[in-house]
Amino acid sequence: MTGEGIRQAILDIIEEIVPDEDLSSVDPEKPFRDQIDLDSMDFLDIVMELRKRYSVEVPEQDYPRLLSMSSTVDYLLPKMESL
Amino acid sequence: MSNIVNDIRIVITGIGLTAPNANNLPDFRKALLEGKSGIEMFETRYLPPVPAGVCTFDKFKHETKKAARRGTRAGSISIYCANEAVIDSGYDWQNKDHSRAGVFIGITEHGNVETENEVHSLAKYNNDVKFWTHHHNPRTVANNPAGEVTLNMKITGPHLCMGAACAAGNLGLIYGAQMLRLGEVDFALGGGVSESIHTFGIFASFKSQNALAHHEDPTKACRPFDKDRNGIVVSEGGCIYTMERLEDAKARGAKIYGEVAGYAYNSDATDFVLPNPERQAECMNLALKRAGMAPEDVDILNTHGTGTQQGDEHECEAARKVFPSAPRPYINNTKSYIGHCMGAAGALELAGNIPSFEDGLVHPTINLDNIDPECQLDGLVINKPKPVDDIKYIMNNSFGMLGINSVVILKKFED
Repeated sequence: MTGEGIRQAILDIIEEIVPDEDLSSVDPEKPFRDQIDLDSMDFLDIVMELRKRYSVEVPEQDYPRLLSMSSTVDYLLPKMESL
Repeated sequence: MSNIVNDIRIVITGIGLTAPNANNLPDFRKALLEGKSGIEMFETRYLPPVPAGVCTFDKFKHETKKAARRGTRAGSISIYCANEAVIDSGYDWQNKDHSRAGVFIGITEHGNVETENEVHSLAKYNNDVKFWTHHHNPRTVANNPAGEVTLNMKITGPHLCMGAACAAGNLGLIYGAQMLRLGEVDFALGGGVSESIHTFGIFASFKSQNALAHHEDPTKACRPFDKDRNGIVVSEGGCIYTMERLEDAKARGAKIYGEVAGYAYNSDATDFVLPNPERQAECMNLALKRAGMAPEDVDILNTHGTGTQQGDEHECEAARKVFPSAPRPYINNTKSYIGHCMGAAGALELAGNIPSFEDGLVHPTINLDNIDPECQLDGLVINKPKPVDDIKYIMNNSFGMLGINSVVILKKFED
């Protein structure tokens, strides 16, 4: 999976979690939670969906790496590039 | 015991509901007068299709998609009914103190749907619990439906759900009235909800008990008091009332649907499932006593009758003990149209009769083609509406497993 593929995968997950939000203008450099109504339970949904869909584990100490779209893609690339 | 608190008059000022055959009171009343059933064949896990009542309210009218995804079906039903009730009440909601409002919702059960779904989902992941959702606990806590209403409507007063089996719909109304009388709240949202059709377990359990209705035409499956009745039709639904102290309602010029004249709830203390007609009669008599009424004052008795052999017989026996004289009360049954809406049943069934105060009609019991002699009651209104002069009092019965009985008497409002 490429960086672009991971970005789309994350967008698909977030769209399912917050279906009322318009994700078309998400700035990849800004924290998700500054742009989208995502709380801690929603964040856990992202982690769960990565586990269910891609068998990717995100340990709790790595949660801060999922701050923004670009930091998330950077973090997930080594875990998902072989998918 | 002092009656100072109990003398405070409580009135219903708004009604929000969803039933298998309607999503507001005018449509519900119309369906009941036209004999329109809401029962259809329904697919559920592990069982062949079963007759059931499914609600078609607009889930996203008052709730975001995100909240609906995170919450429960019972929460969505509650949110719809509560918002519709407040709108109907004309209460200046945005400008009122939300810490003085409370939410009291009766439930037959809660959490079975969410647990069952999650267990089913987990099986796809080889039962590895790291795939078990973190939403499980907030979805299954017993206060979930009422709590979701407070989140949605920003209510900071008290909330809770009363687990009261199939007597629960009346309990929400009773508890709301009590909290108003105690001065704990100024505005009570009380009623009942059910999401039970979304768990196969409720159908399977009734089936194992030989108490699940079946009929080739689902609209005829629920037939209380009929010789050919063969069990319960399970339905979802909700009905929430806004209630206020009379002086507050009058001060704001509120429309008043009726006054809570009396209520009672008691326990059989005899059996897990079989009802006890003596305790049911005691419950009706206690409600009459508290209302300061004689049995002949009751104009309409809305029965609990679910369409089971013993349940219907026992209720009729209880009704004959309390009401020996004909023709009043006129007697009807709402489950024959909408099935058993479980936690919502009592609240919905009362609501369907409230327009009688204005239109002078008693809605009938449908699907009653061959009355069971054990269920013979003089005042039964069968298959077509009955015009009746001067309807002032409606008694609503709701009874549930573990022997819980609840009765509410509503009075036409007269200043």
